[in-house]
Amino acid sequence: MDTTAADILTRDVPRRGRRRPPLLLTLSASLVGAALLLPVLYLLIRTLDAGVDSLADILLRGRIAAIIIRTFVLVAIVSTASGALALALGWLIERTDLPGRRVWSVLTVLPLVIPSYIVAFLLISVFSPRGLLQRIAAEPLGIQEIPSLYGLPGAAIVLTLVSYPYPLLTVRAALRGSGRALEDASRTLGKGAWSTFFRVTLPQMRPALASGSLLVALYTISDFGGVSLLRYETFTWAIYVQYTSYVDRTAAAALALVLVGLAIFLFSIETTVQRRQQRDEIHRAELGGVESAPMPLGRWKYPAVALCSLTMLIALVIPMAVLLYWLVRGIGAGEELSAVWGPAANSALVSALAALTATIVALPVVVLAVRYPGRFSTVIDRSSHIGFALPGLVTALALVFFGARLVPILYQTHVMLVFAYIVLFLPLAIGPLRVSLLQVNPGMEEAGRTLGRRSLEVFRTITAPLLRPGILAGSALVFLSAMKELPATLLLSPLNFSSLATDVWAASSEAFFARAALPALLLVCVSAIPMIFLIGRMRHTQT
Amino acid sequence: MFRLLIGLIGVLILIAAAGCQGRPAPTDTPDPAAAPGVASAREPSSLVIYSGRSESLVGPVIEQFSQATGIETRVKYGSTSEIAATILEEGANSPADIFFAQDPGGLAAVESMLGRLPADVLNRVPAHFQSPDGRWVGLSGRARVVVYNTDRLSPADLPDDLRGFTDPKWRGRIGWPPTNASFQAMVTAMRVLWGEDETREWLEGIQANAPTVYPKNTPTVAAAGAGEIDVGFVNHYYLYRFLQEEGETFAARNAHLSGGGPGAVILVAGAGVLDGAQNTENATRFIEFMLSPVAQQYFASQTYEYPLVEGVQVNRLLTPLDEINSPQIDMADLGDLEGTLDLLRDTGILP
Repeated sequence: MDTTAADILTRDVPRRGRRRPPLLLTLSASLVGAALLLPVLYLLIRTLDAGVDSLADILLRGRIAAIIIRTFVLVAIVSTASGALALALGWLIERTDLPGRRVWSVLTVLPLVIPSYIVAFLLISVFSPRGLLQRIAAEPLGIQEIPSLYGLPGAAIVLTLVSYPYPLLTVRAALRGSGRALEDASRTLGKGAWSTFFRVTLPQMRPALASGSLLVALYTISDFGGVSLLRYETFTWAIYVQYTSYVDRTAAAALALVLVGLAIFLFSIETTVQRRQQRDEIHRAELGGVESAPMPLGRWKYPAVALCSLTMLIALVIPMAVLLYWLVRGIGAGEELSAVWGPAANSALVSALAALTATIVALPVVVLAVRYPGRFSTVIDRSSHIGFALPGLVTALALVFFGARLVPILYQTHVMLVFAYIVLFLPLAIGPLRVSLLQVNPGMEEAGRTLGRRSLEVFRTITAPLLRPGILAGSALVFLSAMKELPATLLLSPLNFSSLATDVWAASSEAFFARAALPALLLVCVSAIPMIFLIGRMRHTQT
Repeated sequence: MFRLLIGLIGVLILIAAAGCQGRPAPTDTPDPAAAPGVASAREPSSLVIYSGRSESLVGPVIEQFSQATGIETRVKYGSTSEIAATILEEGANSPADIFFAQDPGGLAAVESMLGRLPADVLNRVPAHFQSPDGRWVGLSGRARVVVYNTDRLSPADLPDDLRGFTDPKWRGRIGWPPTNASFQAMVTAMRVLWGEDETREWLEGIQANAPTVYPKNTPTVAAAGAGEIDVGFVNHYYLYRFLQEEGETFAARNAHLSGGGPGAVILVAGAGVLDGAQNTENATRFIEFMLSPVAQQYFASQTYEYPLVEGVQVNRLLTPLDEINSPQIDMADLGDLEGTLDLLRDTGILP
């Protein structure tokens, strides 16, 4: 099935409300949306416990306004930095003859799997004013004190390093799904590489960047581990203090509702970008399109490799080197290390189930949102993002509340745990999928229906194969995020369950560093295997 | 690919079914009318433990309990505050029999859901390590200390008690974890010992010295060792983990303040039995075991804590309790956490 640029450009986007969505689609999407609103329902129940006076007291107390501003500053920096890094890396990997593309392709997504508190702790131990770097490198050179990592710079660096894979995979799925016809045309018409990138490629990437950056922004407002160690007080930090210091569920819930408000504000920014995109959308997914040769980088190859190497050095190599150092030092000191294969298998199993289920569940939400845009589909799409924006602990407690009361038979089972991962991570499956579906020309689907195929069959034979980059990218993101997830895994897993993430936490929280190193290293290694599979398949879609 | 998806959904369902099967737990015996004795007779060998203490610290001693008694333990680990919140959210449906907590604050948060412990269990530890109305009991002790960087300071440079750190010469040199429960318990002790006004003065004095804020004890001790701060206000036992990992070159040590006061108070980790527990008898046996010489010796030698019962050897690395000038203070006196938190909020230390 081949489409030419001329066909694509003359297509119209379906107007709002032109067709009614099939009942099955509406029903399944509504079900998903309702399930994912459970955390908000819980927060409302908890908040209503408090009287108006004490609510006012909680919300006006202390430095809430200042903390909101600090949170937004961090969100703005991290989203921008992640987006830029993701665009650069994604374009280099997908479109150029970057040396070692296949290796970078897998390595660059792995920083996502290291929990932010571990990255923060490791980078502090290396880069803090009196850290490893200072002792082994700076002092001999006569540098008294390297600049402090604490506060905004450190928090921004660490969160960028653990969250840029969200937009990276979204952007790569978009680059995969969009043919190079327009880019080639632009080159043929005599435009240079830069001009083509900025005038053709970049505008095409806007929905992917918007989707990916929204994920980064939501992740940033929900992170606790990284910001607390780097001493940058965000809104989620304030929510955690309500739990850790007061076990005050009412205050925590009231503040978390404010966080939901912040998330809705972030949605509105993304919606604006997406809507502008949809207005002048050009659908360009191709099946079996002609593979044109990757763009030669020439002399630019060196800075390109340097960028990839530097990112990997800070996000992956240094953390893993410190972990290895802990491990070797611990073995030398006679630390007892226990087998971690059981937890590794547990982690891989539940994460794989979460990735698979989230991808399936994401489909109706995305199809409804993209093919039948309207207020209803927007509400469902947005509500599915709330769980990801809330601190993991809040979402976990919400599911404890409903699980123990409504479905005691499922409470503390694998089913409950996978459900929790879906509530937390569904947007990660939705983001890349949405980008892929936006690229699929609805004309092709209509053609299928005109030829007498039923909707579901059209979806299976035409739409689904075109969505493959998005499906693979989305499941990779969910898998990696579930691998490192902590609060829901601790609270909702079956009794006696342990995963790599819980093992890392159990050891590192009590300063058993050697014991923490082994599962942490394994977390990266075990995750690399499905990444080779998922991302390898993403690479092969055009051949 | 579609067929692959369908196949995988099938697998998912099978596993879901297995997951349900694999959990014969409390909800499968929903017979509220049965007397506790009958319930425990039906499931003689089971105990559900919610542990706010890390598996790396208490996993081995829970295992020892299982082996000694033949009772099968099923454990949920988390931080003490997370577990406390979980128990509160589960409410009457909580599968937990026992809450093993890192600090009295966590136990106090769920106190209304704990049952009273038998007097003979409570009385194995000194009265001041029991909860006021017998709903939980201390299982191991920890001393509040000042951890100091050995490159910059010697013990002689430290003041007699915490008041000395409000001196401007300590500006920029102090680290503390104000969100930590033990830290807050220390402030509560301070209010008891020094009174409200002096505690407020002290907090303001330290604030004026621009202390570095850490989320927990572990990073505070790490920072003292790295020389990021000169002194930190922490619990004593984290240091020994660092010495174990990094060796004697780790550049921080503990100081027990010679003048005593709140900076040298002894706190406890403890446990309580949930009121609606299915396995009350086993839960009581668990607490008895944790107060037995075997388990107390485990805490002393493996987690570097202070044993609370007579006749157990303190780890040779630790300063014996009778050499610490710790104030006589009841855990019961540390109940007013709310007042401490108000004070910490008032002084702008907590949000």
